[in-house]
This record gives sequence, structure tokens and C-alpha cells, in this order.
Amino acid sequence: MTHMNMLQAINNALDTAMAANERVLCFGEDVGVFGGVFRATSNLQQKYGKARCFNTPLVEQGIIGFANGLAAQGSVPVAEIQFADYIFPAFDQIVNESAKFRYRSGNLFNVGGLTIRAPYGGGIAGGLYHSQSPEAYFAHTPGLKIVVPRNPHQAKGLLLAAIHDQNPTLFFEPKRLYRASVGDVPDEDYRLPLGEAEVLKEGTDVTVLGWGAQMEVIEHAVEMAEKEGISCEVIDLRTILPWDVETVANSVFKTGRLVVTHEAPLTGGFAGEIAATIQERCFLYLESPIARVTGMDTPFPLVLEKEHLPNHLKVYEAIRSSVEF
Amino acid sequence: MTTTKAKVVYSPVFTDGAEFRIPTFKLLKQDGSLYKGAKAPELDKEKALRIYRAMVTTRILDERMLAAQRQGRLSFYMQCTGEEAAVIGSTAALDDGDMIMAQYREQGSLVYRGFTIDEFMNQLFGNELDYGKGRQMPVHYGSSKLNYMTISSPLATQIPQATGYAYGQKMAGEGHCTVTYFGEGAASEGDFHAALNMAAVHRVPVIFLCRNNGYAISTPAAEQFAADGVAPRAYGYKMDVIRVDGNDILAMHEATKAARSLAVEHNRPVLIEAMSYRLAAHSSSDDPSGYRSKDEEAVWREKDPILRMRLWLERKKWWTEDDEKQLQENMRREVLETMKRAQKRPPPALDTLVSDVYDEVPPALAEQFDKLKAHIRRHPDAYPKSAEHAKQTSKEGGLR
Repeated sequence: MTHMNMLQAINNALDTAMAANERVLCFGEDVGVFGGVFRATSNLQQKYGKARCFNTPLVEQGIIGFANGLAAQGSVPVAEIQFADYIFPAFDQIVNESAKFRYRSGNLFNVGGLTIRAPYGGGIAGGLYHSQSPEAYFAHTPGLKIVVPRNPHQAKGLLLAAIHDQNPTLFFEPKRLYRASVGDVPDEDYRLPLGEAEVLKEGTDVTVLGWGAQMEVIEHAVEMAEKEGISCEVIDLRTILPWDVETVANSVFKTGRLVVTHEAPLTGGFAGEIAATIQERCFLYLESPIARVTGMDTPFPLVLEKEHLPNHLKVYEAIRSSVEF
Repeated sequence: MTTTKAKVVYSPVFTDGAEFRIPTFKLLKQDGSLYKGAKAPELDKEKALRIYRAMVTTRILDERMLAAQRQGRLSFYMQCTGEEAAVIGSTAALDDGDMIMAQYREQGSLVYRGFTIDEFMNQLFGNELDYGKGRQMPVHYGSSKLNYMTISSPLATQIPQATGYAYGQKMAGEGHCTVTYFGEGAASEGDFHAALNMAAVHRVPVIFLCRNNGYAISTPAAEQFAADGVAPRAYGYKMDVIRVDGNDILAMHEATKAARSLAVEHNRPVLIEAMSYRLAAHSSSDDPSGYRSKDEEAVWREKDPILRMRLWLERKKWWTEDDEKQLQENMRREVLETMKRAQKRPPPALDTLVSDVYDEVPPALAEQFDKLKAHIRRHPDAYPKSAEHAKQTSKEGGLR
């Protein structure tokens, strides 16, 4: 066990994967000698050489196209997109290529070895283009897996699982927590399951569901609610696609109430998908409408980002409204 | 700070690069003789005939399958007509272990590598033997055993993938390269620029083979780019480049052979621009009479690459009128017979609808599939292709 922050845990996961398998390659903009703008790839080039950890030209569609080819060849590419906001030039390569490679070839070829890492989310005064949470765009694409960790221990275990998983996986890292979130991380290679949500706290009155950086927000909101005697069940979805319907539905059968929160805008956000599925599954068990606490339907603002974001106060209010409905 | 070794000037000097006109490499005249001063290529009889048979087979396959499309037996088709030398001449210069990542008009490469007519037909008719399990439109072939990446409709996406694939080959150190084919229209996509730049920076063993066939559907090359073709772009990436007469089988083979050794032995990516002409329509859905003249087509019909090679073979006494007649008859018969066979084969099983999305079918998708099967069981007449498969419940059918 070592006490470390989330960046160090991600770096440690990459190091672990590269040490175990020489076909694992890490690349992207500035990931080489500099170690990435957030330092997630620090010292990997020094340790494994320029052929296995390197800078690419500044072209996201090229990075992912290149990564798709490498994965098809049998290498295990871990491509970094510097900010999730800049993943869109690669949208075609991800949505039309990575996601469909196995299906369209009848499993003659696949890019299952591909992992794409990208820091996402707000709360760092990043404005429109250093704050977005684009998971819902990709959640509409069968063939992809989407994973979001909430702390260092989860980050290492889920990233190693993503690298070893035989499907192309997007790994969105909550950059607000890169240095803020610290904890004990096992030194060895370990993998947490993909496609499985985790119940962090059991409760009886209301289920509160989120992922990534929102888990910290939920923790504060739940503390406030519990002081008022509201018993909350807290779930970290962890994998957005394919998501764990069973765990969420089983919780709502018990509590009869659900609050879902994410930073991305409300309309078309992944909370809508969760709400639709859970009302279908749990219709006769629901005591109140499923609540969504999300970013507003605006581009991501700068000066007023606190107003925009679904903070603990907004989540707390939603919990109360749900219980008092 | 950016530095350059170029000389300094003290008044503003602009250049449009016009001084770098890239020549066209040719060996074979239309009458089958070599150009004066052209070096006779190293191509033995066996290989020459393998190439020629592949060209003729491709032409016959294209003619018959377009006719089948017109008769309504096939939903869609795309011909390689006019570009057989560009495609097969280059493929023949590779090692059969090299990876090919094509656009969609390179069925000649597959013919050359030994994809059987049955294999073509199974894909075209999307039957139960189609490797792609009936998921893609006709002509989206793929073969792992022949190192031919399954075709994807989006243009140019295969180009940066080829750079990545070749980087992996370089890391593996087994002396293989990747060749990627694309049209001059696809070269306008961002993926083209990304791919060439990354290949040059990382010294990747990849050959970029641009088939400049004059048209992207209806858009002529003159409305695709202002420059003299696609080749000059290589200068901007500091990449080796050669322009070749794409209807000249010997020049295509020679150029690609030399490009391959640059790529594999020296880790130098190469751009080849094959100058040719798309004699057929873009696809069976297109009608070129709306955007180009019969006269223009006639000029290029005179430059037929297959006839040119045949005349060369006849001069070398490697091919006769009788050989030609026999090959034509045999291929026509084989195409017709295999077409009938493929058409009669059943469609892929219903579970291919949900397999291969992931390595394993996720629970939510398995549930959707169970619902679909129950629906089909209630309306078997509406789903003649799958009513039989739907009778199996998931417990019996075993999807999960």
C-alpha cells in the first residue's frame, strides 16, 4: 500500500501495465519526456524508452486512428487525449471505427486492446473548453465501454481493467480530483470489474447515484441529509457503458426513490437514460419522480461555474424533495 | 524555438512550389512494348501470369456482378474497372504477409492474394458463410488469413490506422509493412494529413497508395485540389514520393517494390500517386453521364491497363489467344456458378445481430435480444429470415 493522489495512481497503473506487457504503449500530446500536461505519464518514457511512450503530433483524429491501427495489429495502445473537450476531432475514429471494428468484420479483426484516457469535468476554472463531460455522446455508441473512477484506488484498478479488457474503452478521469483525491493504493497489479456499480453506503429512504467527481459532491450532500434523519443509499456507477442496471434497480426496489447527478447538461445527459430504464423496471415501487441534478443546458461557463455545477447543495435539495414528495 | 537550415533572404519571397514538378514513372507503352530507355523489370513468367489472371478475374467479376445488380439480384456493387493495374501491380510487389488496408475499390488485391470467388459471393450476398456475418453492404470484404483489413465505408479512416498498424509491425520487427489505398478525394480528409505526418515523424513502414482516378463520385480532381495532384503534399511531410502511370502494370510493380524496401529496410514511409481513371461509375447507384462525356471516357478506354499487359505478355510469348479465351470462359462460368450457390445459402443466424458488439453480449443487450425473439415468435410470417432461429429460447440457443 502506498498513499498517493489520483494522478500518481494513474501513473502507477500505466507503469504496472507497461512493465507486465511490452506491447503496452502510451502516447499522445506532450506525454513523452514531459509526462503529460497533468504528469500522468511522468517517467514512463525514461523507464520504457521513446518507442513505447512518446509524443504525437497535435492531431486527435490521428492519435485515435493510429491507436486503432495499433490495436488491430495486436498492440495494447493507451492513447491520451489531453482534455476530453478535445476528443471531438477523433469522434469519427471512435464512433465509426473503434466501436464497430469487431462487429463489421465478423470478429476477424478487433481493437479490443484500445484504451483512451481523457481528463474530464469542471470545477477548475477551465471555462468552455477545459471542463466538459462528454460521456453521453459516447454512451450512444454500442461497442464502446466508458469508465469513470472516483478516487486513486478505483483509478488504478479500473484503468488496469480497461487496459486488459478486450473491448475499446474510454477512461474519463475527473481532473478536479487529480491531486485533491488521495488514498491508499495497493502496489501490485489489481483489476476492478467493469460493468459493475458499487454500493458505497447502504440506506433505506433514497438512492443517490453518480460517478467520478460527483461522488465527492454526493458524499457532502448525503452528510447533510443524514443529519436530518434521511437514510441514503449511495451508488457509484463506475462504468457508464454498459451500465449496471441490476444494482441500481435493486437499490430502488428497496428505497423507492432515486436521485441521479452528473456534471454534463440535463438534456440528453446519461441521467435521462438511467431514469427511463429505472422507471420501467421499478414503476410500481417508486414513491417519487426520479430526480436529475445536472449541469444546466448551456455551454460550460467560466466565472459563474459554481452556479452552473450540480454541487452538494443542489443534490441535498433534490434528496429532500424526493423524500418529501 | 523553431529553426530552419534554409537560406535567408532580405525581401519578401513567396513560392508556390511550382519548381518541384513531380515526374510520372512509366515503363510500358499501350502497344505492349517498353519505352525507350526503360529498364526491363524483374518479373518472372509465373508471377506475371498470376498478376494477369488476377486482373482479368477482377474485370470479369466486376462485369458480372454489376449485371447481377442491374437484374436486382444484388443491392449494390462497386467496380475497379480501369484501375486494375494500379491495385494489383502494387499488391503483387508486397510480401503476402504485409497488411493491406484498402478503401473499397481494391478487390483486385484480394483476387491476387487468393480470395476465392465463393468468398467474394458469400460477402456480396451476405449469406451465412460471409465472414462479416451479413452486417455490411456488398464489397466490404475482409480476410484475416490474407492480411486484408475489413473495409469500412467512412473515407480515409483507414489511413491513420495504417500508420498505427505499421508502427506495431515495426515494433514487432518481423520485416512487414502496411499499404493503404485511398482515392484522391479521400486525400482531402483530415485523416490523410494526420496519417502522413505521423508516419513521417515516427518513421513508420507504411506505403500510402493514392489512386488518383480523376473523380470522387462526380467531383473532378480539379475541384478537389488546386495543386498538381496529391503527390506534392509529401514534400510538406518530408516523405518520399513517386508518381506512377497507374495503368502501367510494370511501373506500378517496380515503384511499389522500391517503396517497400524504403519502408521495410529504412523505415521510410512512401506516398505513391497512381494516375489512372475510374472507367466505371462510382458505384451501381451512380450515373456518370450526368457529369462527364463519353468522349472523355473513350480516351481512357484506349489506355486499358489489362490490354496493355496482355500485349506485353504476348510479345514475351507467355500468353496466347487460346489462353485468353480459356481464362475468360472459365472465369465467367465460375462466377455464374458460384453466384447461384451463394444466393441459395441461408442468411446469417439471428444471434449475429447481437454478437461481436462486445467480446461478450452484455446483459441489457441479451435482454433486448430475448424480447426480439419473443416478438418474432408472435409474428413469424413477418420475419421469414429469422423465424426459425427465433424458436430457440436463450436457454436452448445459448447466447450468454
